[in-house]
Amino acid sequence: MAVAPKFPEKHYLNETYGIRSWLLTTDHKRIALLYLVSVTFFFFVGGFFAMMIRLHLLTPDGYMLSADTYNKMFTMHGVAMIFFFLIPSIPAILGNFLIPLMIGAKDLAFPKINLLSWYVYIVGGTFTLYSMITGGLDTGWTFYTPLSTVYSNSAVAPAVIGIFITGFSSILTGLNFLVTVHTMRAPGMTWFRLPLFVWAHYATSVVMILGTPVVAITLALAGMERLFGLGFFNPAMGGDPILFQHLFWFYSHPAVYIMILPAMGVISELIPTFARKKLFGYHFVAAASLAIAVIGFLVWTHHMFLTGQSTYAALAFSFLTFLVAIPSAVKTFNWTATLFGGSISFDTPMLYAFGFLGLFLIGGLTGLFLGCLGTDIHIHDTYFVVAHFHYIMVGGAVMGYLGGLHFWWPKITGRMYPEWLARIAALVLFVGFNLTFFPQFLLGYLGMPRRYHVYPPEFQVYNVMSTAGASILAIGYLLPMIYLTWAAFFGKVAGDNPWPATGLEWKTSSPPPTENFHVTPEVTWEAYDFHNRPDLGLDSPTGHPPAGAVPAHGHD
Amino acid sequence: MPFFPEQASSIAPHVDALFTFILLTCLFFAVLVTLLTIFAAFRYRRTSPNQVGDTVEGNMLLEIGWTVIPLFLAIGMFAWGAVIYVNYRTAPKDTLDVYVIGKQWMWKLQQPNGKREINELHIPVNRNVKLILGSEDVIHNFYVPEFRVKMDVVPGRYNTMWFRPTKIGRYRIYCSQYCGTNHAEMTGWVTVMDPADYAAWLSDETGDVNPVSAGEKLFTQLACNTCHLPNGTGRAPSLNGLYGGQVRLADGTMVTGDEAYIRESILQPKAKIVAGYQPVMPTFQGLVTEEQILNLTAYIKSLQSQPVPAKGAGVVPATTGKK
Repeated sequence: MAVAPKFPEKHYLNETYGIRSWLLTTDHKRIALLYLVSVTFFFFVGGFFAMMIRLHLLTPDGYMLSADTYNKMFTMHGVAMIFFFLIPSIPAILGNFLIPLMIGAKDLAFPKINLLSWYVYIVGGTFTLYSMITGGLDTGWTFYTPLSTVYSNSAVAPAVIGIFITGFSSILTGLNFLVTVHTMRAPGMTWFRLPLFVWAHYATSVVMILGTPVVAITLALAGMERLFGLGFFNPAMGGDPILFQHLFWFYSHPAVYIMILPAMGVISELIPTFARKKLFGYHFVAAASLAIAVIGFLVWTHHMFLTGQSTYAALAFSFLTFLVAIPSAVKTFNWTATLFGGSISFDTPMLYAFGFLGLFLIGGLTGLFLGCLGTDIHIHDTYFVVAHFHYIMVGGAVMGYLGGLHFWWPKITGRMYPEWLARIAALVLFVGFNLTFFPQFLLGYLGMPRRYHVYPPEFQVYNVMSTAGASILAIGYLLPMIYLTWAAFFGKVAGDNPWPATGLEWKTSSPPPTENFHVTPEVTWEAYDFHNRPDLGLDSPTGHPPAGAVPAHGHD
Repeated sequence: MPFFPEQASSIAPHVDALFTFILLTCLFFAVLVTLLTIFAAFRYRRTSPNQVGDTVEGNMLLEIGWTVIPLFLAIGMFAWGAVIYVNYRTAPKDTLDVYVIGKQWMWKLQQPNGKREINELHIPVNRNVKLILGSEDVIHNFYVPEFRVKMDVVPGRYNTMWFRPTKIGRYRIYCSQYCGTNHAEMTGWVTVMDPADYAAWLSDETGDVNPVSAGEKLFTQLACNTCHLPNGTGRAPSLNGLYGGQVRLADGTMVTGDEAYIRESILQPKAKIVAGYQPVMPTFQGLVTEEQILNLTAYIKSLQSQPVPAKGAGVVPATTGKK
């Protein structure tokens, strides 16, 4: 324990040098870092638009931006954040980096397709950026027809083409993950020894492969209607605008689970690690991920209860919406139960896990008000919805993403981040987040509709609170960006397994070698088992050192 | 600042009661999970660096419990919400019908006697009001928070919504479906009035044309009257008694003669062919505006009480309508 950890001499970061070695790499770890840079770029693009929105809404009379500019800000905020940040964030960065390491494989099943998927993402992103720069986009990220296909004067076509292309990057990543998990697990890594992070990504991959082609074809139809005047959705030509919403939400509701399932996977790693205890109800949490992926496909018209759709359809979809809430509740109860009898520390990743628990709880429960037909009549399309999905996507998915980034940063870079600064940043984020979005629930029930560039003066108090919160939130995002970058070069050397954690990824050096493991590992332990792992150098449950224990870092 | 908007319609107290029920249930679980987490974080905090947790892996009874109990609560919420929603989607019979046209970015409204308003709606208190909603361009949404009701206004079809205002006052109308540049300015006011005041307001001379007479004029101008003869001897069925009646179609099915059916028959005459007739009617898509369709509909509605000919009506007599 006293021996200072050593930085490995040879690892994936110094194996080769030069721009070619990065742009032509097939190493899943380097591709993950390519994604990290590009996804972070889109996060700050989307964040800039968010800041414009919040500043503009400080006063009720729209003092800062014109109506058109404001509409472009919220549209491009949504497009950048959803399609180019949230959907790829955890899977393409952490999933890409970790899944082969976690299952004891050398790489993903199709390394070249993995690189291709990054290029596809970049090409799609370029089209969408082109739309943002040349005229912008003002249709709302939902592209509702006939507004988007007939009436909008903004650069709809390049944005739609960009999102269409980027979808294929999702499909390729999902395909890669599925095949990898099926075929490349190390000896002894049975399905029920897989970390729940892998289970969550398995479920996510299924949704990506089944859902993304539908949004691709939907946007292709909308693009053709706009460019060539074909009447798919335009009622003046016999089309049906509601058909677009069915097709769009058939993907875009499951897409919410593409964003939140991987974050749940991260939390399922963090809680056992920092409570030093097996995850309570492993099988139920794994099954809940699959249940969410399956039922998540059957709830899409809950976005459309007030389009005039048939009452019977509304009843069926409301019922299914309540059903999909149950697996999320089961996960939350299991995470909480894991804490009991644990040995809990408050390292930064665990603070993010606690933050996730609180925010996801609020986000999930407020979903019930929207899935419920009687209350949705009132709060549909108000700020209540905005608050709800930010609690899920920012409170849930981004908290999970940042928690995971801190947890695996020592593995990715071989170096530790500054612990106290990171704890303060986590706290700033939590406070800033709640101050930004909680007032929006109140605004919503009072009746403030979404996407308003001006609003009645009685709503100003809560809007000022929200903007104040957003400023704090911005600091909370800038801090990790700065100190994580610093730590990657100058942080304290982490060692192979600084926490210590039980996963296979911690059995190799930090940063790992290009081939991940020098010898194919063999798995003889269950997931999150701290008791039959003398190599971790921890006490036995009775407080005595386990028989045959060896000092930490002395094994191998 | 209050947490709930004023309750100004008959449905508002129901929506608020359901909201409160879900809120209390959620608060119970949120507080429970939060307290348990805080308790565990203190009670089981790490006290020495190499300490590990216990060996508990799960508990079947707990898993069943926290699956089944939330499931029953969720079904309860669903059922309560379903009752309110079905009631909202099923308008009562005796409604005051107001036509609403949404267009970028204004509301055009028309009272049954033809009185028109823009971004203003006057209605009597304690009377069931039905709005028949159409759009000239993109999708809008008619929303009055104090009534707790909204409905999308979709081009190419009619939606309806109903409510019973219970409190005299002025309430904001919002468009709550994003509809382009000035979406946020597509707002207006509902004025709920004493019935006597409403009657006085309604009869105030404004020079508006009665939609029924406007529709009757159009009916001649567009030459509808050359085929749709009232006595049932024309090339097309008589429209007497069509509104609210049951129409038998060529494929044997029945359809109710409501606003949506009339609108569809004007724009897409071949969609539903009345039994015994040839599909010879041309489409009027693009030839008539939304407002003209409303006028035609109003005229056809006014024929509801006219005698239905025994032959050549398309409408099944009310007594055998449920056959």
